[in-house]
Amino acid sequence: MDELDRAIVNGLQGGFPLCERPYAEAAARLGTDEATLIARLRALLADGTLTRFGPLFDAVALGGAFTLCALAAPPDDFERITAIVNAFPEVAHNYERAHRLNMWFVLATEKPEGIADAIRRIEAATGLAVLEFPKLDEYFVELRLTA
Amino acid sequence: MNDAELVRALQVGLPLVPRPYHAVAEALGAAPGEVTVRLAAMLADGRVRRIGAVPNHYALGYTANGMSVWDVEDAALAELGPRVGALPFVSHCYRRPRHPPEWRYNLFAMVHGRTRAEVAAKVAEIAALLGARCRAHDVLYSTRILKKTGLRFGI
Repeated sequence: MDELDRAIVNGLQGGFPLCERPYAEAAARLGTDEATLIARLRALLADGTLTRFGPLFDAVALGGAFTLCALAAPPDDFERITAIVNAFPEVAHNYERAHRLNMWFVLATEKPEGIADAIRRIEAATGLAVLEFPKLDEYFVELRLTA
Repeated sequence: MNDAELVRALQVGLPLVPRPYHAVAEALGAAPGEVTVRLAAMLADGRVRRIGAVPNHYALGYTANGMSVWDVEDAALAELGPRVGALPFVSHCYRRPRHPPEWRYNLFAMVHGRTRAEVAAKVAEIAALLGARCRAHDVLYSTRILKKTGLRFGI
């Protein structure tokens, strides 16, 4: 990753222009040209530095729902429980964390009422209680990771 | 074209061509200018959070990811929550429900760092900011990604 890649990752996390030639306009701000910016973005996506490039949609504002959930899987049964939980298409992300509540996952559903239903089905399939942590307030401004 | 079709077309990302919005409009059988008009409206009302690059934490070396959780006096959250959320190293900051006695924490702040020591130093900054109005805290480090599909909005 060179200076230009860093400038792209750091400077283009938001505010990409809505105009006919947005790459050209963004490139000018970064001191490069349209073709170079497009080629660099393609490479950054291909090597996994960027997971995507484009609009970031808000699932809730679009009418869907998502929530954070946790459960305590018995350590000696963790892999089996993981397979059961991950098999649910509503499970978008799932992380193992160092805590008694050792499995934390995000449920995403098209409709708000789908969340409670998914939780019931995960509890039935795993035989474990699922704690729900819906967001009640949001305090962050915006993620800015520096490369 | 309707908004749902536009969301579906753009979930994978913006085309890497000189006129990306025109390309999407053409693929959806719409007038060239329609995509930017709709996206501007979606940005204004929050359905689009931002347009740009979404970096992969791990590829940038942010491999230590700590979910810091805090038991803060409820009455103090409206003032303190936004201050924690404004810290440059906090990516997500939410008030979430307590589940006593199992779970006493009501403020969640995700902290990313290149090492656990870096995360711990940042968590100490949050602790200093919250002061006496925080009664307890913990940090849950992720030890493994079990699944990451990204959100799919099948609307």
